[in-house]
Amino acid sequence: MLRIAKDNLTALFREIAKSQSLFLPVKNAGQTNYGIWTEDKEADLDTLKTVKSAKDIFFPQSETLYTCFKDGKKIEIKPQELEKEKFVVFGMRACDIEGIKVLDKVFLSDPVDSFYKARRDHATIVALSCSEPEESCFCSAFGIDCAEPIADVRITLVGDSYIWEALSQKGEELTQSLKTVLIDDADEKALKEEKEKIRNIVEMLPLSDLSLDGFSGDSVSEKFDSPIWEELYKPCLACGTCTFVCPTCQCYDIKDYTTNKGVERYRCWDSCMYSDFTMMAHGNNRTSQMQRYRQRFMHKLCYFPANNDGMYSCVGCGRCVEKCPQGLNIVKVIKAFNKQGGEK
Amino acid sequence: MQELVTRAKALLADGTVSRVLGWKNGDMSFNPEPSFFETEESLAEFVYDGFCGANLSKYMIEAGKRDGKTLVFLKPCDTYSFNQLLTEHRVDREKAYIIGVGCRGKLDIEKIKKAGIKGILKIEGADAELNDETLKIKTIYGDSEIAYKDAMLERCHVCKGKEHMIYDEVIGESQDTCDKERFAEVSKIEAMSPDEKFEFFKAELSKCIRCNACRNVCPACSCRKCVFDSTKFDASKKANTTSFEEKMFHIIRAFHVAGRCTDCGECSRVCPEGIPLHLFNRKFIKDINELYGDYQAGAEVNQRGPLTNFTFDDAEPSIVKERG
Repeated sequence: MLRIAKDNLTALFREIAKSQSLFLPVKNAGQTNYGIWTEDKEADLDTLKTVKSAKDIFFPQSETLYTCFKDGKKIEIKPQELEKEKFVVFGMRACDIEGIKVLDKVFLSDPVDSFYKARRDHATIVALSCSEPEESCFCSAFGIDCAEPIADVRITLVGDSYIWEALSQKGEELTQSLKTVLIDDADEKALKEEKEKIRNIVEMLPLSDLSLDGFSGDSVSEKFDSPIWEELYKPCLACGTCTFVCPTCQCYDIKDYTTNKGVERYRCWDSCMYSDFTMMAHGNNRTSQMQRYRQRFMHKLCYFPANNDGMYSCVGCGRCVEKCPQGLNIVKVIKAFNKQGGEK
Repeated sequence: MQELVTRAKALLADGTVSRVLGWKNGDMSFNPEPSFFETEESLAEFVYDGFCGANLSKYMIEAGKRDGKTLVFLKPCDTYSFNQLLTEHRVDREKAYIIGVGCRGKLDIEKIKKAGIKGILKIEGADAELNDETLKIKTIYGDSEIAYKDAMLERCHVCKGKEHMIYDEVIGESQDTCDKERFAEVSKIEAMSPDEKFEFFKAELSKCIRCNACRNVCPACSCRKCVFDSTKFDASKKANTTSFEEKMFHIIRAFHVAGRCTDCGECSRVCPEGIPLHLFNRKFIKDINELYGDYQAGAEVNQRGPLTNFTFDDAEPSIVKERG
């Protein structure tokens, strides 16, 4: 079984970066987010959660779709090139990987999003087991096992080494290319024990008993009409924090940016919390913040499962739990409905 | 805390107020949320402790549109925001019953986590009335401690004082938690070379995700429709198409609230990326103090701000050129 010493990660990064781009959590001005690794970057695999998820490696917050150039009466349209180079995403947690599967349902279903697909096809994902899950985590409520994330490769910190398990063809290929830095003497038993240790911690997490009973594609009308939303939304600032740190939020807007030579058409993440979300020529079909707030959670817990064989579009990463400026989050919504159900 | 609940219940019962705006227990010991309490029974969930940093003044804009008075709990620094909103005719004094609440500094959960404390199950010592100097934290990974002072929000280290600027009554004791020079951070940046300044702000602002939390929480940002929400405007609120755009957003916002910002620190408290946004505003405050004499927005109602008032002694615009 293969391993890489924690102290020797830089050698591993260097080896990967020789042949392809390497995305991993890096520190910038005190915060950790995914970025392309270079020698001068400070990699940070210890921080459990990057502020933003790894989502924008596959679905960037903002990307150009095509550009129009105008020269007199001539207009030239230049399409944006699709990703054609292989790259590695290193250190993705189980929740973020499951988040990508939610995005796959949206972007790889007909009509396929070619920008997203090109990135998915060219990515090799190295998953990182969560050695120290935190209080905001509730991935287990969605059946996700953070001790055994499933990707092309899985690494797990055991002692002062990461044990390396290749899980797919792409993973095998990456492993082959790293033969010079990986050591073949890892302790399988210790790995098993570590995974058990993680699972025991998960059971102790305060949100581990979160119940999703009653949330499904079949409960749309009942949940939609509940008076509880009128209470829940009130402290909401209508900012986009929850949306933008979420690994599964996939809504976007398409806009034109006028340059002095033409027009750049780009898309950017949108948030259902924003007043012009899904604005149409006749105006907006959601006119109050209550309706916008309800939309976000109905989408995650009812509409998405209704359209995707019961799959929720929440993976329990807990970023909204940590980052909402006013302490609101999807857990509080779920609990409020559970409590209401109990009182009936 | 019990005294606040008792008083709120009495004011609801005798019809003085129709609802109560305060903080509600979270599902963890550190994430209470602002809440409107419509009944006496609902106050069972009321909480007031070290994690109630949220400034409730801005919610009074909406509360003022409803029938009857709203009882609002304001910490000393929140009252500056309320006064400023009153000055700008955004809240209605007649619709508010203000109880000034005691404050001994509010806590920043991010600072606790930055100290390496993770897997938090329970935090003790954050009560508003007790003067515990240490927070005792129970975590999945063992018990930890951190000094209350070390876990305080940045803004509390430059506390404006323990006096409430506006209130109907005050309940509880406050402490002046100021232990840092208010403009020290700004002076440090002023001393940097232009290139260093640019690098500093580039690194900080490159983290911006354009969630607009800073704007939406800001009591000085109370425009009914923000220019960045316009759909007729290329650089709209969602995209950070270029890093230039992020900078423009924050700089435009800082200019817009200059002279009106009370330095309540909510922008920095809510930023999910930990950008010290208050530094922009505090730079303007420092400049205003130096150019027009000491001025604190929200200290009084209906005071004329230095940037909206003309006197013959005003600084000439050329000062900027001379100063560099």
